[in-house]
Order: sequence, then structure tokens, then C-alpha cells
Amino acid sequence: MAGITEHAPQAAAEPPHLAATGLGTRERAALAAELRAILPAESVLVEEEQLRPYECDGLSAYRRLPAAVVLPSTEAEVCRILATCNRLGVPVVARGAGTGLSGGALPHPGGVLLSLARFMRILELDPIARTARVQPGVRNLAVSEAAAPYGLYYAPDPSSQIACTIGGNIAENSGGVHCLKYGLTVHNVLRVRLCTIEGEVLEIGSEALDSPGYDLLALVTGSEGLLGVVTEATLKLLPNPRTARCVLAAFDSVTAAGDAVAAVIGAGIIPAGLEMMDKAATAAVEPFVNAGYPLDAEAILLCEVDGTEAEVGAEIDRVDAIMRGSGSQHIRISRDEAERLRFWSGRKAAFPAVGRISPDYYCMDGTIPRKRLAEVLAGIARLEKKYALRCANVFHAGDGNLHPLILYDANQPGELERCEAFGAEILELCIAAGGTITGEHGVGIEKIDQMCVQFPAEVLAAFHAVKHAFDPAERLNPGKAIPSLHRCAEFGRMHVHRGAERFPELPRF
Amino acid sequence: MTQGSASEFAGTSAMHNLVAHWSERIRRCAETAQPLRIRGGGSKDFYGALKQGELFATGDYSGILDYEPTELVVTARAGTPLRELEAALAAQGQMLAFEPPHFSEAATLGGAIASGLSGPRRAASGSARDFVLGIRLLDGRGQDLAFGGRVMKNVAGFDVSRLMAGAMGTLGVLLDISLKVLPRPEHELSLCLRLDSSEALRHLNAWAGKPHPISATCHEGHCLTLRLSGSAAGVDAAARQLGGERVTQAAAFWRALREHEASFFADDTPLWRISVRSTAPALPLSGRQLLEWNGALRWAKTDDDPAMVRDVARKAGGHASLFRAPRTIDSPFHPLPGAAMALHRRLKQVFDPAGILNRGRLYPDL
Ligand SMILES: Cc1cc2nc3c(=O)[nH]c(=O)nc-3n(C[C@H](O)[C@H](O)[C@H](O)COP(=O)(O)OP(=O)(O)OC[C@H]3O[C@@H](n4cnc5c(N)ncnc54)[C@H](O)[C@@H]3O)c2cc1C
Repeated sequence: MAGITEHAPQAAAEPPHLAATGLGTRERAALAAELRAILPAESVLVEEEQLRPYECDGLSAYRRLPAAVVLPSTEAEVCRILATCNRLGVPVVARGAGTGLSGGALPHPGGVLLSLARFMRILELDPIARTARVQPGVRNLAVSEAAAPYGLYYAPDPSSQIACTIGGNIAENSGGVHCLKYGLTVHNVLRVRLCTIEGEVLEIGSEALDSPGYDLLALVTGSEGLLGVVTEATLKLLPNPRTARCVLAAFDSVTAAGDAVAAVIGAGIIPAGLEMMDKAATAAVEPFVNAGYPLDAEAILLCEVDGTEAEVGAEIDRVDAIMRGSGSQHIRISRDEAERLRFWSGRKAAFPAVGRISPDYYCMDGTIPRKRLAEVLAGIARLEKKYALRCANVFHAGDGNLHPLILYDANQPGELERCEAFGAEILELCIAAGGTITGEHGVGIEKIDQMCVQFPAEVLAAFHAVKHAFDPAERLNPGKAIPSLHRCAEFGRMHVHRGAERFPELPRF
Repeated sequence: MTQGSASEFAGTSAMHNLVAHWSERIRRCAETAQPLRIRGGGSKDFYGALKQGELFATGDYSGILDYEPTELVVTARAGTPLRELEAALAAQGQMLAFEPPHFSEAATLGGAIASGLSGPRRAASGSARDFVLGIRLLDGRGQDLAFGGRVMKNVAGFDVSRLMAGAMGTLGVLLDISLKVLPRPEHELSLCLRLDSSEALRHLNAWAGKPHPISATCHEGHCLTLRLSGSAAGVDAAARQLGGERVTQAAAFWRALREHEASFFADDTPLWRISVRSTAPALPLSGRQLLEWNGALRWAKTDDDPAMVRDVARKAGGHASLFRAPRTIDSPFHPLPGAAMALHRRLKQVFDPAGILNRGRLYPDL
């Protein structure tokens, strides 16, 4: 690797797919000159100390430097950068706030990192039509803050919402604690402008509730920056509920807590939020935030109900009865807004709290059919022994999205590798339970091998073909999200579909 | 849903053979570029552009595969009659919250998803594509592919299953479809308020910005009809606040609207479906208009020139399709700009390189 020194303080040996070759000094100078023809000199970064802040996203075990970072401020500049990189054969990785947890914004060593940090404006907020037209670098929470004076908000609320951007949310189809009732990003975006690798702008979706032709908006949402760069989005705003209350219920087994979740849903209630934390998770957060969680419980549930006073009062009583009926020995109902927020404070602080009790933690993200919860948690407990690492579990219980947090110490030789192997086995447990390897954090670079387990070759080939319909030369975020069949063969875990390798003639991408 | 009885196993293996047979048929047709016209119950034969090719009937591939009410997920074969599926959900107090129109007793789940149409509850609860979780299909080479899954949150791979909703069968023969389902509301009532269309639009947009439990809206002539859904306490409180008169036989009213059996839809004048920004004023078209979805959907009965209808729709932030007409036109759906059309062609190429599946049903060259 000439010119650029790769830096990987934590990751021991980079997996082979990350060790792609960078650019030589001369090629880098030529690239910088091309980029400076598009952008002011100060918006093209090439010095190592300037590149350093962009070396990783929230999955910090993987780090590497791009050949250049660009900071455009107009859509026309984004288009010209993409067209230029396409012509030069240079990979491009888009970046929002870099809070992604699967390495989606990890730079390509020979490539350009395209930061959308300067796209920070809310272009229009229409309180009557209940829409916000925003640039992709706008922070998620900033949208709800701008909408608040009109009694409106933007529903998807990832825990990272003070930092993460709308562009990143669209790329990952992010969710939050309220998405069981109010939907994921894909349900709350009306329209995007997408700059293609050829430098053309596509308007996808509209201000109406549907659009003619194929549902490209669904295809682009969650596409992890592989299909184009989002340069603008129109978001749906919802009215703030009049009031909300939260039930905190403790259980002496995760099975009982899981049954209580099923009973709530079975009674026809769709709570605004329905979260579970296991004993290890409550033990980590309680000393940190004093949310009032009972520490002897094997699992706690937080069940929030929102609506008008009348609706909430009636529904809270039903939830209370169901929790009792499901064997909860300890139930508290928030009496006021302060108490409701206190109940939530522990759940919201779960990640940082775990970060306090362990030098490092690794956040996993799988979805399972809810009825398989106890079985999957038992499997995770077995893996804790196998890998001699602890794991705390937080769970978006309403929609089956599990976030095991594996505790480890990167400074202990071998722990990171053990932790990654542990994580990979958790994902495979999720697949075996009929679930998926990622509910909301994306595949990125992190789960690329497990894609080979979840999908057969023909489906992976179809994903590649979709990618090629947008980006034939694979310039946009190459090597992420969809593994090559060749890579799956090397990984040796190719999903064999109905017992036979049926498509030996398929091209190896 | 219990599974595993002997007869069901026989059914399963018959279905397995059917799919194998279909796959072979598609593969052969792809070789000779023989177009196939996919048809579930034929309830939406009127919808879309020209239909060509050999009939490919999917009605035999029927049955609910998995339904666990507490998971809020149902998986059924594409040929399952919609009414059968909806009855199974209703028996558990649940529903397809996008309220798909049937347009005939024979309507199937596959047709509902392929056409992507949603009914009165759409503005409040979401559209057909919003509820799609996973789809197994046969592509235009006869390959058996499964996308998405049976869980509610899933970002592994591109969201190809939602892409199938509204693709009019041009990208694949849908086999198994997993959908999110929701509980039926505990209580519903409907109100009629005497308002003209501009007042109705003003109120609808204002109310949609407040947490009212409004689950469907319809304005025609001088009557704005609202449906409220939710807990009895919430619905009654909102009804007092919103005013108007109680509608009797409300269920029949919304059903007739959804099925286009209401008198508005009766005559032979071309019916346009115009999807616009909800705040757009009444559209400057001749003839009559009915609006739904808080103003975001306008039905127009008009003899105006298609180009003009489309121009009006575009200016209102949306698009227009000729939904039903005595004479079909080549392109009932709103034309796409060049770059978007080129991308559509490339996607068609991905899933149906021989161009045999429902060729021309969505756009002339897809
Ligand atoms: C403490 C913590 C809590 C979190 N909680 C949640 C949670 O509750 N729910 C959840 O879903 N996620 C959560 N996340 C994950 C993360 O915040 C989300 O994935 C978020 O959407 C990423 O946004 P970002 O702006 O940081 O994107 P980045 O990390 O910068 O990028 C993410 C991906 O998006 C692409 N991208 C970015 N901008 C664009 C664009 N304009 N056009 C095209 N592609 C683009 C990148 O290439 C990359 O692939 C959490 C992360 C942390 C650190």
C-alpha cells in the first residue's frame, strides 16, 4: 500500500476484503486535482491528519483512511463528484454523521469519502401539509424540534437521534422505540432526490402518497449508500399525541415477559413503545440513571400508551391487567411526565451505561419472530459460556428486534476476535429462528459474511443485479451490504437452497 | 394456525409440484419470448394497459401458510382469495389495515399486492407496500426467489419485496406473501359534515395535524364523511369535538366507496385516479370529483383530455392514472421522465430479461 498508511489500532488483522489496495501518490494527486476543479480547495481533504476523523463510523473496530474526503455544499457539486469518480474508476462512500453501527460509512482505501455534513438546512416545513423538506445532513432530532411549534414531529426516533442524519436514516431504514406503532423510516419518507453515480438526479416519490411506476422509494430506503446519494428528502410529520403514559413491569423470567408482550398484542393493543431489558442490562443502567428498575427481576418491560387522556386511561388499565395476568409481581404506572421520562431514561441510556461497566461493547442487531425469544436468549446464554464473555440484552420487544450487547475488552489479546465470533453466532441463531441478521443497523461490512448464510446464491445474484441497474461499475460503497458469491464461497457458508447447488454457472461477482 | 395434518401435507406437496411446473413453464416461455398474462381472480382485469400473452392463472396456488395473531404477521399464497384471508384475520380480531379494494368476489392476495392499491384507511394506517414484509416469487427466468422475511424489521439486502407492490406483475409471479396485520379497532363511527370541497380540504388538513382518531375521509358534493376508529372513549370524545351527524350503515358506505360501488362511480365517464399533495385545491377539471385520504387522493369523472388531466395532477404535486374507461389507452399510468423510465427498463431486465411477464401492463415497453 503506497502513499497511505493504514491504521487499525483495535482490529487485529484486517479481514482480507478490507485490505484492498489504496492509490499511489501520483494517482492521489491527480484525483485531488480533479476534485479541486469541482470544489473550493478547502473542501477537498487529503492530508492524513485531515482524513483521520473520517477513518471509521460507530463500528470503530474497523478503521481505514480514504484517499480523499470531499465536503460539497450543493447538489450540483455532489453530481459532479460522482460523475468524476465514475469516470476515474474511484469508489465513493457517502457519510452522514458516522453513527452507523455496521461499518456502512467506513472509507474505501482507494476512494473518496463524500461527507454530507454541509447539507444541514431544513428547506421547508409545511405545517398544513405536514411535511418537511430537508437536506440529508440534517440531524434526525432537528426535524422534530423544528416541527414542535406546530404540534408535529418526525416519528422514527433512533436512540442516536441527536447526532444521526436523515441521509443516514434513509440509507439504513432506521427505526426507534416508537416504530411498532408509527413505522420505520420507509413509512415516513415521501420523496427523495437521489444523485446517481452518473451524476444524474432522480426524483423518487412525490408530495403525494404514491407515485407512478415501481416503488423505487422502498428500494432506495435501506440501500446503505449502494444505489445513489440522497441530496434531499421530504418527510412526513405526525401530530404529537396529547398524552402518553408508561407501564413498567418486572418478571421473574424472560419467557414470562415474552408471554406478556404476546398477550398485550393479542388483546388488540398496539403500544407506542414496547421494550424489554434483561437482568444484565438493568444491572448496568440502574446505577447509572436511577430509573427505579427492580434489580432482582430477570426481565423488565416498558409499555407506553399514547393518545387522548380518555384513550390512554382506558388502555393503561388494560395493559396493567394483562401484565398482572402474565405473572408480573411488580408493576408501576407513570403518574406524570417526569416519571414517564424516568422510566425511559434507563432504556435510552442502555448503550452508554453498558459502555461504563465494560471497556468495550459490541452492539448486535437481529430480528426474530417474538415467540422464539426465550429460545434465542437461552442460546445467547450458552454462547456467553462458550466465549467467556458477558452479554446484556435490550429488545425492541414489540417488533422482535433484539440488541444483544456483548461486553469485551479490546486491549485483551483475542477478545475482539472472540467477541466477533460470538456476535456472528448470535446472528446465525436469529436466522435459524426464522429471523434476520439485521433489523435496523444494516449489513455494512460487519454482517457481510452472514448474508451468505441468510440468502441463497440466486437471491444474492439478484441483489447484485439490482445494484448494477443503478451503478453498473460498482463505484458506490463497493464491498458493503451484499457479499460477492466468490466471497461467500471463501467464507464456506454458502446457503444451500433446497439441498442442491443449482446455479453453478452463475457469474462470480 | 395448526399445520402438519396428512391432508395438509398432501396439499403442500401438490403446491410444491405446482410451483415446479410453473417454474418450468416460465423458463420455456422465456426461451421463446412467449409473453404470459398473470391472472389471480381477474378482479382487476380492467386495470392497467394492454394485456397480452398466454393466460397464466395463479388461483390454484392458494392457502394461508402461517398466521400467528400475536406476531402480527400472516403469510399466504398469492392465489388465496382476499375474502378468505380477511375472514381468517377477522376471526382473530385483526385486519389488513390498508383495506385493499376487491373489485370482485374473486380477488386474490397476489392481485391486491401486485396492483398495490389501498383503500379508505390508507392515509391513517399506510399503503399495501407499507405492510409487505416478504415475498417469494418466480422471476422471468423461472427462478424461485425469496426476499424479505416474516419479521417486522429487516434491512438485510435491498427491499425487493416492497418493490413488487404496485409492479403489476411485471417483475415476477408472486408466490408467498408475508404481511404485517393490525388489530381491528375496538370501536368505529362515522360522521357527515355539510361542507363544500374547499372547506373540507381546509378542515381535513388541519385535523390531520391534530391527534384525532380519523381513519378514513371522503368528500363528495356537499358532504364530508369521516370515520373515527379507536377506543370507545377516544372515538366518542372526538365525535363530540368534530360535530356533524352520525352516519347510519357506515360500514356499507365505506365498503361501497372502497369497491367503487357508490353512485359517484356508476356512469361510463372515464374515471381518473389522481394522487396529489393533500393541500392542493379542488382540481381545475370538468366533470365531478370525489376526494379521499385527507385530500391526497382525488377521483375525477371527466372527459378532459388525458394530457390536460396529467398536467393538472403534476401541478398539484402528483400524478394521474386512467383507472377505468370505456376505451383503454396505451398508457393509463402517468408517464415517467426519461431517466426514471430508463431505470425501470434496467430493473425489468434484472427480473424478467426476456420481457415475458405481464408485458405492457404497466408501461408499453416494460
Ligand atoms: C448510540 C447509538 C444508538 C443507535 N441507536 C439506533 C436506533 O435506535 N435505531 C437505529 O435504527 N439505529 C441506531 N443507531 C445506528 C445509527 O445511528 C443509524 O444507522 C443512523 O441512521 C446512521 O446515520 P448517520 O448519519 O450517522 O449515517 P452514517 O453512519 O454516516 O452512514 C450510514 C450509512 O448511510 C450511508 N449514507 C449516509 N448519508 C447518505 C446519503 N445522503 N445518501 C446515501 N447514503 C448515505 C453511508 O454510506 C452508510 O452506508 C445507533 C447508533 C449509535 C451509535
